[in-house]
Amino acid sequence: MSHTVSDRRDREVIAPTLREIAADWSADQEVFRHTHWGKAMMWIFLLSDTFIFSCFLTGYMTIRSSAVLPWPNTAEVFALVIGGQKIPLILIAIMTFVLISSSGTMAMAVNYGYRRDRRKTAILMLLTALFGASFVGMQAFEWTKLIVEEGVRPWSNPMGAPQFGATFFMITGFHGLHVSCGVILLLIIASKVARGHYDRTGDYSAVEIAGLYWHFVDLVWVFIFAFFYLW
Amino acid sequence: MPHDIPVPQIAPDGQPVQAEEHGQHPISLYLKVWGYLFLLSTLSYLVDYMHVQGIVRWTLIILFMLLKAGLILSIFMHLAWERLSLIYAILVPPLVLLVLVRIMSIEADYAYWTRAIFMGGGG
Repeated sequence: MSHTVSDRRDREVIAPTLREIAADWSADQEVFRHTHWGKAMMWIFLLSDTFIFSCFLTGYMTIRSSAVLPWPNTAEVFALVIGGQKIPLILIAIMTFVLISSSGTMAMAVNYGYRRDRRKTAILMLLTALFGASFVGMQAFEWTKLIVEEGVRPWSNPMGAPQFGATFFMITGFHGLHVSCGVILLLIIASKVARGHYDRTGDYSAVEIAGLYWHFVDLVWVFIFAFFYLW
Repeated sequence: MPHDIPVPQIAPDGQPVQAEEHGQHPISLYLKVWGYLFLLSTLSYLVDYMHVQGIVRWTLIILFMLLKAGLILSIFMHLAWERLSLIYAILVPPLVLLVLVRIMSIEADYAYWTRAIFMGGGG
């Protein structure tokens, strides 16, 4: 019984999709033919960016596991005193929630874009940019605290392994740069949406493409949060 | 453009059909995913807050991280509705990074013991 069911699944589900892949990659078929060119290009860019961030994180792994001096405890380094109580890692947790929220509003903006709802798309994109800007603001606060109060430098670190400073500034700095660029991109696209540019061209793909970039920035943060802050 | 039905082969010039497709996901789907991402972030924060240590800690962190990444990629970035060839073109290349991670972990091990044994542990 189960044998015939899996046979049917092979025949009707798996075989056709495998054939589709073979057809897409072979002869005169093209993998990206059914995809908007801008979207395909954004995906290829994001793929290359994945390799850049992965190299940073792999470098961080190498440096951290070969360090002989103790690695600072990130839970304490990034703690904040709120209401007289020291809460570990709370700043990073808030930053994470802010970035996730921005991803949520962006996903809805893309959805309303495809429904040709100009007003809601523009408002949600502006909200996303606002979340993004507040993320960068909190990061600036985090950096200031680390540099001024803790005395961490890219080449030295009073709490232990000097490599901590190097990897921290490199990884979070590069991510912060991505967020900042994303905010600018969102503001540009949002103003074009608001001015009705995409209603005239009839193509809201730019919103989805900007969305892909923004979600990628959030995705990278998921990995940085896990490997740098929680590990 | 419903990808799971083998009609789109005849789609003449590809692109424009897309427009109607994405609009059909209800907003509640995104709110739900948003909620899940909040929950998973809270859980991974709690791992640190509760001072979970050792192998349980690494496992939970990686698990929550992968779940979050999967949700963002599949729903927010619409990968779940893309063609399989595009999904493979995006997800397979990064797998070679695992080779880099392996090589670099061997290298790190070597550097650590060199420092510990021959440089008096001072680095």
